[in-house]
Amino acid sequence: MPETVTLEVFRYRPEEESEPTFDSFEVPYHAEWMILDALNYIKDDLDGSLSYRWACRMGVCGSCGMLANGRPVLTCTTYLESLLPGPIRIEPLEGFPVIRDLVGDIGDFMGKLAAVKPWLIRDEEKPVEEGEYLQTPSQLDDYKQYSMCINCMLCYSACPIYRLEPDFIGPAAIALAQRYNLDSRDQGAEERMDILSQHDGIWGCTLVGECTEVCPKGVDPAGAIQRYKVSATVDYFKSLLMPRRSL
Amino acid sequence: MNPQYRAYHPRWYRKSVPIFWWLRKRSYAAFIARELTSVFVAYSAIMLVVLVLAMDRGEAAYVGMMDWLATPIVVAAHILVLLVVLFHTITWLNLAPMAIVVKLGDRKLPASAVLMGHYGAWAVCTAIVAWLLIWR
Amino acid sequence: MRRSREPIIWALFGGGGMASALLLPALILILFIAVPLGWVQSAPFEDLQALVRHPLIRLGLFVFISLCWFHWAHRFRYTLYDGLQLSHLNELIAVTTYGIASVGTVVGAYLLWGVG
Repeated sequence: MPETVTLEVFRYRPEEESEPTFDSFEVPYHAEWMILDALNYIKDDLDGSLSYRWACRMGVCGSCGMLANGRPVLTCTTYLESLLPGPIRIEPLEGFPVIRDLVGDIGDFMGKLAAVKPWLIRDEEKPVEEGEYLQTPSQLDDYKQYSMCINCMLCYSACPIYRLEPDFIGPAAIALAQRYNLDSRDQGAEERMDILSQHDGIWGCTLVGECTEVCPKGVDPAGAIQRYKVSATVDYFKSLLMPRRSL
Repeated sequence: MNPQYRAYHPRWYRKSVPIFWWLRKRSYAAFIARELTSVFVAYSAIMLVVLVLAMDRGEAAYVGMMDWLATPIVVAAHILVLLVVLFHTITWLNLAPMAIVVKLGDRKLPASAVLMGHYGAWAVCTAIVAWLLIWR
Repeated sequence: MRRSREPIIWALFGGGGMASALLLPALILILFIAVPLGWVQSAPFEDLQALVRHPLIRLGLFVFISLCWFHWAHRFRYTLYDGLQLSHLNELIAVTTYGIASVGTVVGAYLLWGVG
């Protein structure tokens, strides 16, 4: 096992340069270190100006997504060992404008996420006295997989369509829309369909499938999108045959 | 200090997407290859019509077309077409469980069942085509 | 907001993809390779001719051909958008691909109508 490993880190310092550069750092190698540990070492001991996001350091908050050797990963759950021998190239996620170093602007994703209304929509709220909404294990199973999304945006980085089509809503947002559409307590599928059925809302997706490949939580956004295409198509033809909107 | 830098309005770096983004990763290249199988599907549709018209015109036209199909270059070309169409079939069927989730009452049908159902349908269709064209 | 009419063409794309996936390998292997090379003996010519002249077969073929064309049109259109970044030519590409598919459908209908 090597003593040290080299990280080539993407740097963008708009106050100093107009173009990004790569800085090389040699960090000590420990078998149990993740990429995030190496980045923290760099910031603590080598270059305090390095900017990057992280929080929970255990793969549940979705903050630390970056490209490691070109592949979108969570830096807090990726061992340095899996990327040996160096040098390991660290870059910010693709598809998002870079504010500084490894920090991207995720505003577009946040806007699209809000647009799909990721909350339970009811025609009428049940009064508290009537108790909670009951759900069988089978009903939970319908949407549970899609509820695992931690909004880490690795899928957006992997998706070429997201980079090419500005109106494409993107894998995670659609998967989260499905999480609510398939929830037995939700009655908002029709409302969401207005947003999602826009030309590039979901229809920009050509099933590249990379989103599902990189998802650290097994959400399978590609599957969610394909299922939504099928249900949107069925609904469209139903509404053609029956003038009343139906879902 | 970068002369282009404006305090509180820094320029964000936006990487442009190269035209050949799909050559940079194996999975992207495989994706584009999969999409281009549609060209061979369209070609096959044309050839089927041509063959049907030849059959309609009479045995001479049919035999003539069969002879043309038997020439080495044409055979090689159609073997390529067959391989590409097989690639289309296999990738298409393998993705079916992604789009089709079947629930029987309380139980979700396992993805392997959906997959096997599709391959079974392929086998049945192949058998029917073979029966219609060969053994009658 | 008005919902896109994409479901119609997506349904055609999907139908074409499924139909071509299930039927084309056998058709190509038998009709374009095995029979011409003599690997298998096809049914007698009169039976084949009667088969293609049968109205149901002609109708089925027409539907199949048309689906294959629209499958190509939709998939090729998106490949041009994403593979060559031509989505600024959106209308032109859409009209051209679906136009070709529509023409192919009409021509196919005309030709298959005339069979027999």
